[in-house]
Amino acid sequence: MATLIIIFISAAITHNFVLTYFLGICPFIGVSKRLEQALGMGLATTFVMTLAACTTWVVYHFVLLKFGLPFLQYVAFILIIASLVQIVEMFIRKTSPVLYRALGIYLPLITTNCAILGLALFMVMREYTFLEAFIFGLGAGCGFTLALLIMAGIREQLEYSNIPKALQGAGMTLIIAGLLALAFMGFGGIVSD
Amino acid sequence: MIKDFIKGLWRENPILVQVLGMCPTLAVSTKAVFGFSMGLATTFVLISSSVTVALIKKLVPHEVRIATFTVIIATFVTCADYFLKANFYSISKALGPYVPLIVVNCIILGRAEVFASKQNVARSFLDALGMGCGFTLVLIVLGSIRELLGSGTIFNYAILGKGFEHWVVMALPAGAFITLGFLVGLFNWINQKWQR
Repeated sequence: MATLIIIFISAAITHNFVLTYFLGICPFIGVSKRLEQALGMGLATTFVMTLAACTTWVVYHFVLLKFGLPFLQYVAFILIIASLVQIVEMFIRKTSPVLYRALGIYLPLITTNCAILGLALFMVMREYTFLEAFIFGLGAGCGFTLALLIMAGIREQLEYSNIPKALQGAGMTLIIAGLLALAFMGFGGIVSD
Repeated sequence: MIKDFIKGLWRENPILVQVLGMCPTLAVSTKAVFGFSMGLATTFVLISSSVTVALIKKLVPHEVRIATFTVIIATFVTCADYFLKANFYSISKALGPYVPLIVVNCIILGRAEVFASKQNVARSFLDALGMGCGFTLVLIVLGSIRELLGSGTIFNYAILGKGFEHWVVMALPAGAFITLGFLVGLFNWINQKWQR
């Protein structure tokens, strides 16, 4: 149980995917202008991440390793993620139109979110069990949502401030992300590796 | 033709203008050497996949093009990864999961979708080469700044003397974000000066 809690906290806070591994920076910069959007994107990503962690674990252990094909790892993982996103999109559209309206436009973007593939690769490297992989995916998703929400909150305020012209847009966003990364380093002591 | 090559270096630079491919840019720029190797690996994948996409663009149905491009990219990334592992093990170890993550580098899929799937092979090659060089250039600059301030060296040559107090933050994630932020700012500032 303790291992699981440590994996969750480490993935969500101390080793936050966005702020320490730089995974998922594209949506972090692209979809963090409004709080509502950020929440939608965060939830959709958490959902896909948790599913992807479980699916890739099963495929890696029961197909790739069993038949001696680990060199197909990258091709297999990216295909799993792409088809998973597609299936999730179709499933949500059929079952819950409300949820589809909320998450719909963010789902296709998730395929190219490097955080998902990164998650699968880390999971293989660290040799997690199935349950650990599930918690890892959930934690990473929560951490991504948290970072996205904080960023969106700051950027909503930022619209009223006077930023030098050259730094407007990406420049300022990156600098804020840097300060956030510094702040998150403060949590470093909670969990030791 | 030559414009296809030049535009990737400055006017449409993938990192500074299009803000694509952020995760390898920030993650591996702790040292100039790592930035350089990452740049070369990405350029290789970019050129190979752009040329392949340009060759087979008429055979691929429109609906499954993204999936096809992704599989092509993943195949070349696997080649690059195994090449690095076989010949430059220490660099491959230092770059870690960021080599396989080239698969989801949006620059590559972006060039395949926007350029290579519409143009001929020669132009796609030049476009990919230009984008790859622009990407590598920014990685080297970013890596050099962070290495110089973080450990007083560039490409492992000592530049600043022993009295220099290392800026530890430069080697940490926060340093990457802040340095790139100011680099984008500097780039925009130069462009604005030019336009006047």
